[in-house]
Amino acid sequence: MTGFLFRRLVQSIVLLWLVSIIGFAVVHLAPGGPLAQFTLAPGMTQAELHRIAHQMGLDRPLPVQYWEWLRRMLVGNWGRSYQDNEPVLWVIGARLPATLELMIASTLIAVLLGTWVGVMGAVRRYSVFDQLATVGAMIGLSIPTFWFGLVVIYIFSVLLGWLPPGNLHTIGDNSFLDYVWHLIAPAMVLALVTVAIWSRYMRSSMLNVINQDFVRTARAKGLPERVVLMRHALRNALLPMIAIAGLQLPSLLGGALVTETVFTWPGMGRLFLDAIGYRDYPVLMGILMLSAVMVIASNLAADLLYAAADPRIRLQ
Amino acid sequence: MSGAGEPVLEVSELAVRFASTGGEVAAVNGVSFAIGRGETLALVGESGSGKSVTSLAVMRLLPGAPACRVSGAVRLAEPDGKSRELLGLPAEAMCRVRGDRVSMIFQEPMTSLNPVVAVGEQIAEAIRFHRGAGRREALAAAEALMERVGIPEPRKRLASYPHHLSGGQRQRVMIAMALACDPEVLIADEPTTALDVTVQAQILDLLKRLQERTGMAILFITHNLGVVAEVADRVLVMYAGRVVEEAPVGPIFRRPPMPYTAGLIASVPRLPTKRAIPISVEKEGKRRLVAIRGNVPDPLHLPPGCSFAPRCERAEPGLCDRDVPSVEEAAPGHRVRCVRWRELAGSAA
Repeated sequence: MTGFLFRRLVQSIVLLWLVSIIGFAVVHLAPGGPLAQFTLAPGMTQAELHRIAHQMGLDRPLPVQYWEWLRRMLVGNWGRSYQDNEPVLWVIGARLPATLELMIASTLIAVLLGTWVGVMGAVRRYSVFDQLATVGAMIGLSIPTFWFGLVVIYIFSVLLGWLPPGNLHTIGDNSFLDYVWHLIAPAMVLALVTVAIWSRYMRSSMLNVINQDFVRTARAKGLPERVVLMRHALRNALLPMIAIAGLQLPSLLGGALVTETVFTWPGMGRLFLDAIGYRDYPVLMGILMLSAVMVIASNLAADLLYAAADPRIRLQ
Repeated sequence: MSGAGEPVLEVSELAVRFASTGGEVAAVNGVSFAIGRGETLALVGESGSGKSVTSLAVMRLLPGAPACRVSGAVRLAEPDGKSRELLGLPAEAMCRVRGDRVSMIFQEPMTSLNPVVAVGEQIAEAIRFHRGAGRREALAAAEALMERVGIPEPRKRLASYPHHLSGGQRQRVMIAMALACDPEVLIADEPTTALDVTVQAQILDLLKRLQERTGMAILFITHNLGVVAEVADRVLVMYAGRVVEEAPVGPIFRRPPMPYTAGLIASVPRLPTKRAIPISVEKEGKRRLVAIRGNVPDPLHLPPGCSFAPRCERAEPGLCDRDVPSVEEAAPGHRVRCVRWRELAGSAA
């Protein structure tokens, strides 16, 4: 176990280093640059631009810039945003809670709803419910998140007026209910794809388990069907889902980017899009590295959870 | 212990039909039998003869309509002398019968246990559900059961998972689970098929001893006639969903009038007898195995007349392939489904 953790840690560090190189290269190779915001300033001269570039360290060779960034980052200095000169960690830290709130809520919806739909589909295979769920999952997978978000806003905010069209909460209202009220629509939109994927995997995993001998044994013991399904079948069917949950995080992060934009949600995803627009290299790199850490950590957590849930698996 | 008093389980005219793309398939067709207290009835037949489906139908573990239709009656004797029909019971009432009064052990101990639940827990589960016992109490009972079925260090083994145990140990766990609530009837569906020969003998011995102690009736499903000779009081031979012969175990091995049963017995591999060895080991040792030619018929297209006729060496065209033979009593307690049994009984001797 200790050996396993140590090896995974070393692997993760190497992986993060590679991500940082590729990320840094891609971010800097994108056309345009942070100087663009200054070029249109009245009275701006070429000499002045060069001076600013020199100040920001942008005139140095890329490997040197990378080394400087890496050296500082490792000691906790992630640089300052080009937009407002705030420290990167502080900027991200201010936006992270909103994103986590959205992601946790939508993951909860996705796992609960997806598991329920998948289990029901497997237990009543080929029933009307199962057919509808299959078609629904296909639609859910095909609908672009931004479009679905706009439709939800149009129906529930514009036409019906039931839900707010965006934002974290009503200014001046800090009640829990108000937060939840604002959370419903974006969490549902972000959960859509995950519900679709999760329910499909859950259905096939459950179908696989339901026909196994030990489920018949549980029935032969006289256990009621509900206990057979929940205690014996679902418990086994959920095992492979742990790995899938670990793999879902990247797509969830990507989805959060779009959802936050549609719902003017003050989270990390919107910060990232803004930072791309400004070519705000320090913020971009900061979010990139944080996301990479989150993805790696979630996969490691999935592996550890898998080992804890399945007595047949021992980490070595 | 043949005919040991009142039958505890009585199956009459049991029929199971599966829906398939080619039409309805009659997997079990008018099967009737009864088992008395303390009696072991062996249900014998090739793969596809309907013996496992029969047992699953009795337990009501088959899928429901429209995939599968079960008809007939399964009666379980009640203490007051009356009987309860199981096929018509509501699902909840059936749950209370299953695992408590009628329980079952399966062929594959490797896959029949839940891989992620500790074995003690799996045994205790039935006790908790049927007896309303608390967790600790049920686990203590599970420990006692494990001891009874010969699992060493039962206390330590309570927390083991199935993958920690050998095949024989797992089958013992299955037996402990089935016996948890002292059932009146135990259905054993090829319980030793997946095990090593030495372990097979141990498990059979264990079942016998447990039966002597509790007086439960055992419906023993197998295709292994060696096992039948060892455990059964009576034998029920099935072919293509029908019972073709029923007899006490002695007569059926000595002189089975039904050609199918005779074929089954003849196809059991045998070592040369002691007397034969010194004479010609070569010749005897290389004796060919006798096999019944052909295969079990497709249940969708059963031959007219006797289902076994196309494979039967004694079949008479125009006689055996005309009508389904009816069951006749060849001797007291010995029923045969063969139109030629009288002639064959005379010549087989």
